[in-house]
Amino acid sequence: MKKRSVTPAEAVDRIAAEGARVMIGGFMGVGSPHRLIDELVRQQRRKLTLICNDTARPGVGVGRLVDAGLVAKLITSHIGTHPAVQRALLEGRIEVELVPQGTLAERIRAGAFGLGGVLTPTGVGTLAAEGKRTLVLAHGEFLVEMPLRADVALVAARRADYHGNLEYALTARNFNPLMAMAAELTMAEAEDIVPVGSIPPDAVVTPGMVVSLLVSRGREA
Amino acid sequence: MSRPAAPKADSGVRSTEDSQVIKERIARRVAQELKDGDRVNLGIGLPTLVAAFVPRDIDVYFHSENGIVGMSPLPGEGFEDRNLTDAGGRPVGALPGACAFDSALSFGLIRGGHLDVTVLGGLQVDELGQLANWMVPGRRVPGMGGAMDLVTGARRVIVAMTHRSPEGSKIVRRCTLPITGTRRVDLVVTDLAVIRPMQGKLLLVETAEGVSVEDVIAATDARLEIDPALLRESRSDRHPTRA
Repeated sequence: MKKRSVTPAEAVDRIAAEGARVMIGGFMGVGSPHRLIDELVRQQRRKLTLICNDTARPGVGVGRLVDAGLVAKLITSHIGTHPAVQRALLEGRIEVELVPQGTLAERIRAGAFGLGGVLTPTGVGTLAAEGKRTLVLAHGEFLVEMPLRADVALVAARRADYHGNLEYALTARNFNPLMAMAAELTMAEAEDIVPVGSIPPDAVVTPGMVVSLLVSRGREA
Repeated sequence: MSRPAAPKADSGVRSTEDSQVIKERIARRVAQELKDGDRVNLGIGLPTLVAAFVPRDIDVYFHSENGIVGMSPLPGEGFEDRNLTDAGGRPVGALPGACAFDSALSFGLIRGGHLDVTVLGGLQVDELGQLANWMVPGRRVPGMGGAMDLVTGARRVIVAMTHRSPEGSKIVRRCTLPITGTRRVDLVVTDLAVIRPMQGKLLLVETAEGVSVEDVIAATDARLEIDPALLRESRSDRHPTRA
């Protein structure tokens, strides 16, 4: 059960140089795995398909990947706080799939939980319904939304133990537990890595079994 | 409508007035709609101002879509926790009894009808009560964030916005901007009026202080029905406000 703790550089080494499909946790940069993001920039992982809640701000969180021109496609709910994404979108330099935030969460959850998709009333009759099936059922009208998965999920946690069990902090939790279960390879960057047993079972939100790699602080490696 | 036309200065956005003052007036009026015990989500921009005007004698619990119920203003300098923020990423506080959760649960609360009220900003509201507030094609595409879920799932949707933009009335016959949802919103509060979308019509239920029914009609592109109670008060020249 024990997980290896690797440096951010070693972790990002496991990600394809081009075209990786990556989920990154965080909400406006809060609860994002900042060391891994820095390393993606340093190692220039290009043509990323990035699945994340929002693009934060220039220089902040996943906003740094956009700044560095590493993102080819975005699947996200909000890009309004990053002017460069707006410009790139309006000029056709980046592909953006805008997804209502709750739908994004449920699509990732569906991918994580082995579901074939979800039915949601959100977006019925709007641009978000374009190209999607609509089901009219006795209890309402719903969009059929497809699951989302990724090659790699980069998540942030308050604490990890060496089994990979994760505990989160307040609003830094957001998409992290969902994404942690929706990728082939999950890398967890915790503020602290603590001995097994330190996190009470009831406090574990993400079971260690879904975490592939623990990312240490660079100097600890 | 037998009264003479209102002076022009009163018919649109009062550009001489500080826009912050206008926004606060709207926020203050919206706050009057909140009830003791309400679970409320405030959208970004103008709606966030509502928190400051919640009547002192009621308890309102603020939900933020990034994963908390029980959010409070930051208690003061030195209380910032980088893991406790509002949906804009700004540091906030949390009340005793607050709880934090992931994004799926956060939107389960929204979509599942567990939220009493949401207050959203608006670009347009039309005669069907449909809100458009998430994009201006070709110009500004911020994304819908949580707005589509909020407009779909909250038990009560209140739109807080200025009555007019530089382009004209934001209360329109039919939204020309992409709508946020087909759900009819419950109330629209602007700097000039309070409007209640009903089945197939917009009912003008209140005018702001110093604003006449005619002023509102002149500033509005959509057809308005006038609440009879308001007409009676208007004829006797009393301008009802709840400030």
